[in-house]
Amino acid sequence: MAEVKPLDAKPAEAKAPKGMNMIEAINSALDTMLDRDPDVVILGEDVGYFGGVFRATAGLQEKHGKTRVFDSPISENGIIGVAVGMGAYGLRPVPEIQFADYIYPGLDQIVSEAARIRYRSVGQFIAPMTIRSPYGGGIFGGQTHSQSPESLFTHMSGVKTVIPSTPYDAKGLLIAAIECDDPVVFFEPKRIYNGPFDGHYDRPVQPWAKHPASDVPKDYYRIELGKANIVRVGEAVTVLAYGTMVHVALAVVEELGIDAEVIDLRSLVPLDIEAIETSVRKTGRCMIVHEATRTSGFGAELSALVQERCFYHLEAPVIRVTGFDTPYPHSLEWAYFPGPIRIKTALEKILKD
Amino acid sequence: MADRQSTPKSNLAPLSLHVPEPPSRPGDAPDFSHVEILKAGVTPRPAEDSDPAAMRDHAYGLVRVLDDDGAAVGPWAPKLDAETKRRMLKYMLRVRAFDDRMYRAQRQGKTSFYMKCTGEEAVAIPATMALDRDDMCFPSYRQQGILIARDYPLIDMINQIYSNSADPLKGRQLPIMYSSREHGFFSISGNLTTQYPQAVGYAMASAAKGDTRIAATWCGEGSTAEGDFHAALTFAAVYNAPIIFNIVNNQWAISSFSGFAGGERTTFAARGLGYGIAALRVDGNDALAVYAATRWAADRARTNKGPTLIEHFTYRSEGHSTSDDPSGYRAADEKTAWPLGDPIERLKAHLVASGEWDDDRHEALRTELSDEVKAAGKEAEKNGVLGHGLHQPFETMFEDVYADMPWHLREQMEQALAEKDAKWPK
Repeated sequence: MAEVKPLDAKPAEAKAPKGMNMIEAINSALDTMLDRDPDVVILGEDVGYFGGVFRATAGLQEKHGKTRVFDSPISENGIIGVAVGMGAYGLRPVPEIQFADYIYPGLDQIVSEAARIRYRSVGQFIAPMTIRSPYGGGIFGGQTHSQSPESLFTHMSGVKTVIPSTPYDAKGLLIAAIECDDPVVFFEPKRIYNGPFDGHYDRPVQPWAKHPASDVPKDYYRIELGKANIVRVGEAVTVLAYGTMVHVALAVVEELGIDAEVIDLRSLVPLDIEAIETSVRKTGRCMIVHEATRTSGFGAELSALVQERCFYHLEAPVIRVTGFDTPYPHSLEWAYFPGPIRIKTALEKILKD
Repeated sequence: MADRQSTPKSNLAPLSLHVPEPPSRPGDAPDFSHVEILKAGVTPRPAEDSDPAAMRDHAYGLVRVLDDDGAAVGPWAPKLDAETKRRMLKYMLRVRAFDDRMYRAQRQGKTSFYMKCTGEEAVAIPATMALDRDDMCFPSYRQQGILIARDYPLIDMINQIYSNSADPLKGRQLPIMYSSREHGFFSISGNLTTQYPQAVGYAMASAAKGDTRIAATWCGEGSTAEGDFHAALTFAAVYNAPIIFNIVNNQWAISSFSGFAGGERTTFAARGLGYGIAALRVDGNDALAVYAATRWAADRARTNKGPTLIEHFTYRSEGHSTSDDPSGYRAADEKTAWPLGDPIERLKAHLVASGEWDDDRHEALRTELSDEVKAAGKEAEKNGVLGHGLHQPFETMFEDVYADMPWHLREQMEQALAEKDAKWPK
């Protein structure tokens, strides 16, 4: 069953230091796991001496040594392929793919190898790797630094797909992903690395420090994969979202004063179907929000599941709010982004239907 | 597209596209005139710690030990006792007997697919014997000799090929895609050369942990064109990984001759030079040369001197697989015209010439191995053959997708079990 942990509530385990942003929380998770497990290694482009282009691995090489945190050649198939072999040896690699848009050369090694090695070898070999990768738009990254390719991975058996939406969740989920014996694709919503985002790109940026979920314990904790988080309890409509869109959707709901139940899925595979069913049966309405392109996006899967399992509780058609089926544009980024207007229009429609 | 149709500039000769064509095709006499065969024993043997730049000629030459009279000559001749060489011969004969039996089993409908390594027995077996027993092998699909040389039970190989109730891989994998961690044999993928960077990762892990084990991997000359091949060589060079890369150049990738992987311009061993990796080109039908080259590379890797690339120059005597008929694309007599002979006959001639073997013993051994394979086949058939019966519980289809079964697979498993009851009532 899902946790009910509203975003504006203080996490139960929270302790000092207060105010980690998502990058610092990810760094803390990696640091914690490098300390706890001598088999954890980190590799990727620019992750070593420099500490990553987003600084997620800053200071880790200096602290843990060059054979545990190191730079790699610019070769995503090489990075993932090497990580498969490291897993076969008994290590627990955490490769970084610098942008999710760069993951495609490594796709064969993820889909045909890492995701299948346990099955085809009957567990003689496993691929306990966590592939970290910044994803999503809203940073003027153009089409090669903005994509959301999560549904490529949810479609493939044998790999798990996890997407955090807060610093607190990022650390707990990342630790659980690293400890997981299955390959996990861990997509980090880079738009909210430094602060939550309400979808109004023209408003001043809010830092994480003002947000309760920046209260990240310094020590080890984990959030089980496959448990959604109900970030707002409500009766009128269920809103399913993950990553950046949790914050955007929540802001619209609050601004409109709609009594929506907002669920942060946190993990797409495995999916917390129980949380979704319970909520939709209660509200009778379901809106799905994701930044990825619409056709065959993960929203299609969610919509089908809700329809198959909650049809007789539905009072309106399931509605999707997504990015458009175009490449991610540069100058028209905010026309593409499924922001407050698109969400508001959909909310008004589903509540009227 | 209109401007693509523009008039060629009249003062320039037109461009032309080169599409490679093998020297001979069906109906032609086989032509290996382009193959340069160095004499056995003439290639110098550099020290194992040599700078790759100081041994560039080895990427273009051919390490050969066995001469035409069966003598082991030159600096590469390994100091092996007769017992070890007889064991090598026995493994090679065993894999040939096994291939013949399994090929027939496929034709008899006992399984869907098989791949022989006929003519390439000297590639995997002497190499495996030159490695330590706990070194990790990341093979392609034609190195069944590794399992044979590590005494993997024949019956388990056949159980896998028949996808039967005793299949160690629970009927999940295409025949011959074996896996045995216990025998240092990584799970074979049907996607080509994916094992190359994986082997590098294993070797890097071993080095990072201060272990003493090394890794070895194999791919065909055709699949050196895959991106993973080049990624693997880059990583191995960057991190000085303790690994042996083997390219089995058997001249044919299904119907495409080696020219479609760049073989018209240079050797495959020379691929290593651009990465600063030590490269050896070896007579792949010379069991003692393969043993010596692998030993050289293993010693180099194990002493932190880095990776080696070995091209095994050999010939695929049979079809790519049971699904292939080479008479449709290559000259019929290539197998007999191949200038480097048969690897088993050459090792046998060496042992006979040195008084350690004779025809009678050879024939007796062949009969013994044929009987052994036949008996293993009969025993395996007791566990079923492909397509005759439900050999694995339905649940196994859903197990091992993840460490723990998520709800959606549990639901689908229930569906499969319900279908089973409807389709195959008890």
